[in-house]
Amino acid sequence: MKLVNKAIPKLDSGALTAGKGVYTDDIAPSDCLVVKVLRSPHAFARIRESRKEAACKVPGVVCILTWQDVPKIRYTLAGQSYPEPSPYDRYILEQTVRYVGDPVAIVAGVDEACVERAIKLLRVDYEVFTPVLDFEQALDNPVVIHQEEDYFNHFDIGGAPARNLVASGCEGEGDVEGELKKCDVVLDRTYYTKANAQAMMETFRTYTYLDYNGRLNVVTSTQVPFHCRRTVARALGLPMTAVRVIKPRIGGGFGAKQTLVSELFPALVTMRTGRPAKIVYTRQETFQASNSRHQMRVRVRVGAMRDGTVRAVDMHALSNAGAYGEHASTTVGLVGHKSIPLYAKAAAFRFSYDVVYTNTMAAGAFRGYGATQGCFALESAINELAWELKMDPAQLRLQNIPRPGEEMPAYYHEPLSSSKLEECIRRGMELIGWEKKYPGGPISKGKARGVGMAITMQGSGISGVDTASATVKLNDDGYYTLMIGATDMGTGCDTILAQMAAETLNCPLERITVDGVDTDHSPFDTGSYASSTTYVTGNAVIKACKELLEQIVAEGARRLKIEPEQAEFDGEQVFDRLQPARAMTLSRLAQDLVVGEGTRWLTATASHCSPTSPPPLMAGFAEVEVDLETGECQVTDYVGVVDCGTVVNKNLARVQTEGGIAQGIGMALYEDVQYNGQGQMLNHSFLQYKIPCRTDLPEIRVDFRESYEPNGPFGAKSIGEVVINTPAPAVVQAVFNATGIWVRSLPITPEKLLMGLEKLHGKCQRDAV
Amino acid sequence: MRVNITVNGILYQREIPCDTMLLDFVRQCGFMSVKRGCDTGNCGLCTVWVEDVPVLSCSYPAARADGKRVTTLEGVQEEAESLGRCMARQGAEQCGYCSPGFIMAVLAMARELDNPTDEEIAHYLEGNLCRCTGYASQMRAIRAWMKERRGEGEP
Ligand code: FES
Ligand code: FES
Repeated sequence: MKLVNKAIPKLDSGALTAGKGVYTDDIAPSDCLVVKVLRSPHAFARIRESRKEAACKVPGVVCILTWQDVPKIRYTLAGQSYPEPSPYDRYILEQTVRYVGDPVAIVAGVDEACVERAIKLLRVDYEVFTPVLDFEQALDNPVVIHQEEDYFNHFDIGGAPARNLVASGCEGEGDVEGELKKCDVVLDRTYYTKANAQAMMETFRTYTYLDYNGRLNVVTSTQVPFHCRRTVARALGLPMTAVRVIKPRIGGGFGAKQTLVSELFPALVTMRTGRPAKIVYTRQETFQASNSRHQMRVRVRVGAMRDGTVRAVDMHALSNAGAYGEHASTTVGLVGHKSIPLYAKAAAFRFSYDVVYTNTMAAGAFRGYGATQGCFALESAINELAWELKMDPAQLRLQNIPRPGEEMPAYYHEPLSSSKLEECIRRGMELIGWEKKYPGGPISKGKARGVGMAITMQGSGISGVDTASATVKLNDDGYYTLMIGATDMGTGCDTILAQMAAETLNCPLERITVDGVDTDHSPFDTGSYASSTTYVTGNAVIKACKELLEQIVAEGARRLKIEPEQAEFDGEQVFDRLQPARAMTLSRLAQDLVVGEGTRWLTATASHCSPTSPPPLMAGFAEVEVDLETGECQVTDYVGVVDCGTVVNKNLARVQTEGGIAQGIGMALYEDVQYNGQGQMLNHSFLQYKIPCRTDLPEIRVDFRESYEPNGPFGAKSIGEVVINTPAPAVVQAVFNATGIWVRSLPITPEKLLMGLEKLHGKCQRDAV
Repeated sequence: MRVNITVNGILYQREIPCDTMLLDFVRQCGFMSVKRGCDTGNCGLCTVWVEDVPVLSCSYPAARADGKRVTTLEGVQEEAESLGRCMARQGAEQCGYCSPGFIMAVLAMARELDNPTDEEIAHYLEGNLCRCTGYASQMRAIRAWMKERRGEGEP
């Protein structure tokens, strides 16, 4: 391969490192109305009255909308394929507000100053209710968060809004209780993960305008342009033809932008005023009024034989959806689906879940999408199991993981079509120095060190659902345009898809221009989420390029007056196989195809939807140092070894992995969205909500063990999400090995460790917090 | 109030509200490289130079820059080009949103510190957050770039 499997700079790297204005707010017209939102100060309330007379009088204010002014159409903000598995439980503005931050009024004016003054002058009178803030108290609570009559689900997801239940379910195979009884060791543990903020550096933002045909144009920082088009149309009561969505460059998403957050406010203003409008979320709004990772409590029961064979796994997850149900049933599904299959030898497994509403900010998609929470719980339990069995946890994995080709009952009985997980584990052990360092302990009077590990899997797209299309055109000078609906959000998919196209078309990368995304001319793509782009869109690109190749050969043959079977195309020219000197260059052919008689502008479109979702796999190893006086924990080394199939772009895959691990370390050590007793978020700035900065992290080490995925484009699987999962359980185990304390509730704060150490010194044995 | 601020060598004489921050001022002048990432002075995305000293333009009143020289990434394209290339080679610009502020900070560091150690680099750049990369690729890019500047690496 000439271009695939190479380290190639991103196509947009020149523009990005030169600081070109390529993001939504950089290109918004300067005459946009400024849009801002007045938000509820109460976690649960009903608006008795809102008075806007004084606010309307502020010079420059153009439009103020309250709940009476919006369409009464329920919808979901989740960017998922239709029919969405998320409940339709939102209005743009509603008389009932369900969390601190829920929108109450939309204000638009000619500049920020007047809009802010108007917002201060709005008088809203609330009837305040007692909120449900604790997700463990939400189910069957007398306070019911969603009482609306037009609440709607496309199909049954096990929800019962009257019980504050968004979704529930149970699946499994075999006799779990019977198998557990046969086990030598059975562990029953409960783990907690917190809501985390995606905290991409570019906050939510959108601008909208009406074009000369009166259509609503939405330029927005989104991961899901096509879902966005559908939802904007629905929520505003417009036909889909009346909406066009354009995605410029995006300053990060990590799932946050798989939910529509900022789009509807300026869109409604533009529809009402006919004027261009723009909203740019502040960092505080981004923390407080968007979406986060689902907070979860996961109970794990796992049984094993003395020799370390895992025989049964039983997991129950309670997930906090917050005030609205976006991504509720789907994220929780991954808790079990992406963790249990790695213990494929288990004779029985069960996974059940409940997702509940609370009066906190709605959760949504965050890289890992439930698999992260599941990985933390099950991998922690396996680490604890290894300790009970006095086994090396890495050996325990090696003994239980499925081999390539082995069927995984808990993964829809799909066979593991490609895997180098065993090599990933062995390579990780070698890099971190496992044999020498495991488990760890005190290194001086005040300091202790330890190592820990975990394994994980994700998917590559949603099997049977995620669909991508790609169009490739031969232009009049013999270069190509690759049109995609997949959204590059910094992930580099424009580049890797161009690599695949160039590889297939046998041409240099410079001859491909990539165009995306504009719903008016890009081919349909469900969007960039669920680790689908490389695998699903990649396959569509290859198919389209192959079709175009056939057309080029046929047209070349026609001009050479030979049968297509006798013609060949080498990327530069079409020639007669029997007389290679008889040839026609591509640029000549391309010119010929657009001028004069017999013209046929060549373009090929192909779609792809995969019946399976081959899992990328990873082993992560952490080393930590704990200060026993202060309880502070520093990750001093992290090794991640990944099997994402063929690595399409060595640089981009490496950086994805490093970045994912960094976010995972943040989740393990700091990140925790907190509320006070009234439901107000306590940490809505980078001052209070800490994400890792460069002095917090070791220089993360990454390596690859490439399997060849037979169904993947050039053997590739996915990489975007799998990389965030291992740090939490690996760091927790490393902390245990350093200190003797199991932290079962993230994050691992100094307070928790000090408390644990105190308890430990009282009892002089290993303990848990 | 009226200010005279020279941005990237061009004098801008403007009437502005006195609470205008330098970040908004330079963006209004069309220098879109300068980004806002937070409301609390914690992210470093808005880093520009005032009289060659790096400042956070989100919390630097434009009025204070009156009569001064301001530099954004648009004004040091040549100096930044080789660093940008080293970043691209490492994939150190993922979404790229933090890149302009990061580059302004690295260029300032290179003027200030001679052959900084990894630790010194990390401390100098501590205030420049990046949510995408995990920082390792940025470190590799800086090392490669410094080597290149010393005439040791490939251009
Ligand atoms: S915008 Fe974050 S520090 Fe200036
Ligand atoms: S590259 Fe995206 S924030 Fe740094």
